[in-house]
Amino acid sequence: MFQAAKQSKLQQDGNDDVFFVDNGNTSYRLSLYDQPPLYDVTVEEFETSALDRLRILAEIESSAARNRSWDETKQVTITQCGKYLPLNSNSASGIDVQAERKKDQLGHFVLRLAFCRSEELRRRFMKAETTLFKIRFESDDSNERRAFLNSKDFNWISVSKDEKDEYKGQLQHFISAKVDLDTAFNNEAFYKVKWTTIPNLVEKRKVFLKGGYAYVPAREQASIIYAAFEERLEAALLATSRAIPLVDEDMRLNPILDNLAQGFIAGVPSDWVASAETTGENITADMVDSLAKQHFPLCMRVLHQSLRKDHHLKHFGRLHYGLFLKVLGLSIDEAIAFWRKSFAGGSGSDKFDKEYRYNIRHSFGLEGRRMNYPAKNCLQLHSAHEAGCPYRQLESSPENLQSALLSSYSAQGLTINDLPEIMAQVKKRSYHVACTRVFEITHARSVKKGEGLGDGESVTHPNQYAARSIELEKESKEMEVDFV
Amino acid sequence: MAPSSNLDIDPTSEEVLLTFYRRLYPFKQLFKWLNRGPERTEKESRLFPYREFAFTLRNDAYLRYNSYPNDIEMKKHVCLLTPSRFEIGPVYSAQPRDKKTVRPTHFKAEKREVVFDIDMTDYDSIRTCCSDADICKRCWGFIAVAVEVLDTAIRDQFGYTQLLWVYSGRRGIHLWISDKEAFELTDDQRKAMVEYLTVIRHGKEPGKRVNVRFGMKDLPPALKDACQTINQTFDELILQDQDCFGTQEGYETLLSLVPDAKMASRLRERWSQKPDSPSYVKWDEMKAEVKDLKDKHARQNMRNAMEDILLQYAYPRLDAEVSKHRNHLLKAPFCIHPKTGRICVPIDPDRIREFDPAKVPTVSQLLAELDAAGPSTSGGEHRDDWQKTSLKPYIDMFEQYANSVQEKQAKMGVSSPNIYIVCLVDY
Repeated sequence: MFQAAKQSKLQQDGNDDVFFVDNGNTSYRLSLYDQPPLYDVTVEEFETSALDRLRILAEIESSAARNRSWDETKQVTITQCGKYLPLNSNSASGIDVQAERKKDQLGHFVLRLAFCRSEELRRRFMKAETTLFKIRFESDDSNERRAFLNSKDFNWISVSKDEKDEYKGQLQHFISAKVDLDTAFNNEAFYKVKWTTIPNLVEKRKVFLKGGYAYVPAREQASIIYAAFEERLEAALLATSRAIPLVDEDMRLNPILDNLAQGFIAGVPSDWVASAETTGENITADMVDSLAKQHFPLCMRVLHQSLRKDHHLKHFGRLHYGLFLKVLGLSIDEAIAFWRKSFAGGSGSDKFDKEYRYNIRHSFGLEGRRMNYPAKNCLQLHSAHEAGCPYRQLESSPENLQSALLSSYSAQGLTINDLPEIMAQVKKRSYHVACTRVFEITHARSVKKGEGLGDGESVTHPNQYAARSIELEKESKEMEVDFV
Repeated sequence: MAPSSNLDIDPTSEEVLLTFYRRLYPFKQLFKWLNRGPERTEKESRLFPYREFAFTLRNDAYLRYNSYPNDIEMKKHVCLLTPSRFEIGPVYSAQPRDKKTVRPTHFKAEKREVVFDIDMTDYDSIRTCCSDADICKRCWGFIAVAVEVLDTAIRDQFGYTQLLWVYSGRRGIHLWISDKEAFELTDDQRKAMVEYLTVIRHGKEPGKRVNVRFGMKDLPPALKDACQTINQTFDELILQDQDCFGTQEGYETLLSLVPDAKMASRLRERWSQKPDSPSYVKWDEMKAEVKDLKDKHARQNMRNAMEDILLQYAYPRLDAEVSKHRNHLLKAPFCIHPKTGRICVPIDPDRIREFDPAKVPTVSQLLAELDAAGPSTSGGEHRDDWQKTSLKPYIDMFEQYANSVQEKQAKMGVSSPNIYIVCLVDY
């Protein structure tokens, strides 16, 4: 329900950061998001634009978590952007670039609302958004990029010729020229900014510092822009967080915003969160055994097996497994029932209440700090000393790992012939690749080799593994029903 | 002048500490400095009540999150606790003493002076006169050149002017930068500043620890300046006084920094004949070798290596972790060092070379001076007792510093009275 009339009104507002020019169009592909969307949108647009953007931000976050190189991250992000949030340059023909830009802008501002609420969320949102901006800036058409830069005021001061000559000796260091240094120096423009705006360049000594000002060669300009983007976004998020109570009144938007924020907190792609919520509702204590045999990743199977064998788990085992079950969908009552039953062999009921009940309630956010803890992800399990990722912890004793794999997964089709391939990945320390390969083998009916959990995604979270496994089972069951 | 028995008093005894805090410690000046604004009534002081103080008690218990509305309250409490020393933390968004009652999200370290810490232990691999906790006038040379380099760099490149250098009481030196901009830096900016100023990476092993170039490039201009400063003292400090290459171990370390393997083996052969020849002879021999190099490229390479060696031996070795985060605690000026009994006094960076750690007043000396001066004239108040002791020049210097921090803020307040109103409403 977009209203063109409002757009022309915008122009008349005469804001100085000319966002809408030329017949009310957004003239640049890049945006510093200075101007909020001032038009009507449907609730559906509100949600989809944000969800699509969130997918991309989540991908950027997981790229960082998976230690992807900058080029890889850029590549993955550009591919994802093409799928969910295309944003073409002015030269693109046959495409409604204005609609794309509007969606981009709308999604950004909706997510601001969702992620302004805590410092942690603000920080992560800022990081992901800045990365996205960098990727777009780097891949932008150079002419359009220049036009975009000229349209903004970044508080930089051009260094005059006299000043440039005064510090020639020092500034020359930052020029790279193979042959004629003097010409190169005369051609290079320098800008002066407060050093505090570009800590990254200062840290690496890529600029000349004098009296608190950093002299930035023109080719490092991008850093200033990234810094400006981040700085403006940070200020805007803080301002939004102060104004958010006004939005809180709106019953239609609140659930959407909460949902979005949750998706980010879990630190995983948003589509996985959605599926976890649908599959995970009615899990009871009795179901855990059968679920464990079919759907759990190795780390959680190992914990489950040792819980069954010893009727006990040590602290970190309880913590990791408990949070995993919670996110899987075990309610607090079921969780207490599950743990009480599991410990019954060893400790009496009194002892259980005294020693473990509090911890379980704590992990559900019902005691103490009242924080609803997310389940540990693969990264955290990798670095855990106890009850962590078995691929990593058993790396030095391959025999144990192989027998654990066989005993856990042979019922689902893992054979001794698959082991060398998995062990090779473990040896390369690509534990998540090994885990993903196990998933592919044990779900051979639904996924092919290399597909991972679907769409080439690899395992980054035990809950993601389990949820996807449950989902696949459901799908195949539905198909069987169709056949009948 | 002082009775000898007094020189042997225990600087950690309750009696000594109580007298020191009651009669000598400059709480008033401390308040003036940390509050950054003009002295005001209890209600109006803005920054001081939000500042954390952490005490190390005589039994080594550590009390964090203390805060006081003003210097008078602080003095009372300090006299009650008689801590062996105390540390200054950041300004928080709420009063630190209320930490348990405010929500964690509302309790954040917001501002603090930028601090640097240089400790003699980081020089153990190169100093030849002392090791570990010891320090003498000779190894102070390392600190002196570090102060010169750092003081110039910060003033010239970062443009900060309110620098307070404080002797740490035994073998190190602290720097407090109180400029408004520095005071308000974020952790990221602090980290950038420290990394910018850090050249020597931490590590116990000898070997190359300077890596500041990109390929064959020149040193960045900032380090070029540092090299020049170091060059003035390298000869005296490293080659003559410390005689760093005067032993086999010493010159082997030097040779490990020479990238030209052939030259290194030539020099090793020559030096192994006379391993005890003085450092400056060896250094000159190396210089001559470099001069004789035919290949221009190789010569430049060795010149660069020699610059790196200058940096490795005399560039300030910073304890980076201290400076990176706002919530780091650092010992307050004018505390007593519990082992040496010396006072952590401010030092004038322009006269850093004249400074002799052995001549810093100890608490026993000060108490003896107080005794000699007779009982306090102004009854129960001990306001000006420090004037009668050798602590006077140091407290005068500190007061001057506190005033310089204060004045700028006061001026700003006059020009924009609105800021005052906002502050009042906030607190």
